[in-house]
Amino acid sequence: MALAQAKSDATEARLSGMQIPEGGAGWARAARQDALDRLTGMGLPQRRDEYWRFTNPAEFLKPETPRAEIALDAPGFDDTDVLRVVFTDGVFDAEASDALSQEGLEIERFADAVTKHIHWIKGLLGVLETAGQDRVDRPFATFNTAFAEDGVVLRATGKVSKPVHVEYRRSDDTAEAVLRHMVRVEDGAELTLLESGVGASRLNTGLEVDIADRGVFHHVRMQGRDHERRAATHVFARLGEESTFKSFTLSLNGMMTRNEVIITLKGDDAVAHVAGAALGDGRDFHHDDTVFITHDAVNCESRQVFKKVLRNGATGVFQGKILVQPDAQKTDGYQISQSLLLDEDANFLAKPELEIYADDVQCSHGSTSGAIDETALFYLKSRGIPEDKAQDLLVLAFVAEALAEIEDEDLAETLRTQLAGWLERRR
Amino acid sequence: MLKISGLKVKLEEEDKQILKGVDLEVGAGQVHAIMGPNGSGKSTLSYVLSGRDGYEVTEGSAELEGVDLLDMEPEERAAAGLFLAFQYPVEIPGVGNMTFLRTAYNAQRKARGEEEASAAEFLKIVREKAKDLKIDAEMLKRPVNVGFSGGEKKRNEILQMAVLEPKMCILDETDSGLDVDAMKLVSDGVNALRNEGRSFLVITHYQRLLDHITPDVVHIMANGRIVKSGGPELALEVEKNGYADLMDEVQ
Repeated sequence: MALAQAKSDATEARLSGMQIPEGGAGWARAARQDALDRLTGMGLPQRRDEYWRFTNPAEFLKPETPRAEIALDAPGFDDTDVLRVVFTDGVFDAEASDALSQEGLEIERFADAVTKHIHWIKGLLGVLETAGQDRVDRPFATFNTAFAEDGVVLRATGKVSKPVHVEYRRSDDTAEAVLRHMVRVEDGAELTLLESGVGASRLNTGLEVDIADRGVFHHVRMQGRDHERRAATHVFARLGEESTFKSFTLSLNGMMTRNEVIITLKGDDAVAHVAGAALGDGRDFHHDDTVFITHDAVNCESRQVFKKVLRNGATGVFQGKILVQPDAQKTDGYQISQSLLLDEDANFLAKPELEIYADDVQCSHGSTSGAIDETALFYLKSRGIPEDKAQDLLVLAFVAEALAEIEDEDLAETLRTQLAGWLERRR
Repeated sequence: MLKISGLKVKLEEEDKQILKGVDLEVGAGQVHAIMGPNGSGKSTLSYVLSGRDGYEVTEGSAELEGVDLLDMEPEERAAAGLFLAFQYPVEIPGVGNMTFLRTAYNAQRKARGEEEASAAEFLKIVREKAKDLKIDAEMLKRPVNVGFSGGEKKRNEILQMAVLEPKMCILDETDSGLDVDAMKLVSDGVNALRNEGRSFLVITHYQRLLDHITPDVVHIMANGRIVKSGGPELALEVEKNGYADLMDEVQ
């Protein structure tokens, strides 16, 4: 079917002058070319598209790179012992990074991996991304496959003791970055991936995660401080038997963020948890969490827990879906999205969806939006806690259920501190 | 300590007068009880004194040690030494009891220009108070009042009182929802906190709480006014004859 004229014009304008990266092994070129072809075929999104009704893609479509003032350097996971991998303006920064070596882990630059004729990512690059678009077009993910030049490639073969921390930095207020990370967690292996930093004035990240049987993958991400950030991120994960995937994202401001997480539970008894807390202040804040979880095996568990705190005209969006395939009996699916609206100007738009073809399943979902509990606020004030501090306490309490999804208590505490600090500064 | 003069209060949202001229004076170290039938304005009085939204003071004044209470925010009243033990203590999921108590303690100290306590110092203070009141330290680790039994909630109020060391404590129907044993525990807690610098205003429907917390003065409140005051024997009279008789007598 031919694309509508407006869509095809916008796509052409955005892609004009862009080329898939030079060099690279034949398979990498093929994967990129395939992505570019698919992208031209589906076109970049328009407001009219079903999955973009709540989020205007205009910021991602502008051909010119937007300007964004460089924010204060946000301290990431400074208190955590990590293997640090830094990308400055979207390019691997060897000087700022640790040596790429760690027991139980193969780690290298994406830019290097794609030049090798034989590499394990050959069978993975763009594969989960393509599969993840079975029902819904995700053009910015395809864009990422076509154009990403750098990123990090991780293969865990054992229990990796130190988390890998991907830190984004930028030196330029018109930096545009497209980064692709690839992860494979082998049978019984364990890996934690952290992400933080200001990245780019327009950032597009893609992450494909393939978890073998009994593999465990934890992902904790902080998007913060850079108020003028525009970010479109995608995480695609495929889970083997008895494997675990847990992803948490804390977002503090950012004018336009769209985080998509697409998971397929492919092996029996697998567990996938996706959670996030987003705090937005101001009319130009827009945060969108779009999640799609497919249960395609028996006795799997999935959880989606998303909390948003919005004020001064900020907008939050949640689109979450659980798809249970006919054979996915004994599925346990849970989805909750809640917003705390601190004033009448804030907006929360939610579209929870369940699509179930198996008959022996348990799926629940809920979505709520509410104001601060005045009775609780008065209770705190009556004990001597000033109004703003009392409100902060209640905000922290509101997002606590999402933060509780982080298994590592130290990491959770780091995020809690970030959150508290942000609240303090906004006063 | 507390001086209320000609206090008239209406609901903010509707034209309904709740308090129609309340006069009350509680001296330092005294325990006063307010009894009265449902709808007499007892709880409203406690809310107005602590600064809850939704009420409008149309006339009169309320002072704590000569300082006008009605002009202050609820948190300022707390820092000035006022404490309201809630009839229904509020559950706050996600906020740890300990965090809550320490935030309150330090906020009050800061407001009074005193030094704030470190986490370690505070822990010591709380443990001591909890031990005095025979409160299980486990309760401190849980979120504020979440999953607490009726008795635990009220004991948590008393613990807060012990930690925050207010001068003027208002107990709003602290006996409601308590069985006999729990009432005794809570009363023991209150009695342990009685001293010559601390006053109490105990609001209750029933005389039974006053068996445990002996008041110096008992007031009967009806239709937005204090209609009769007397010694502890007044409470016994109410228990025996009910409010109706008393109302007739007053009218």
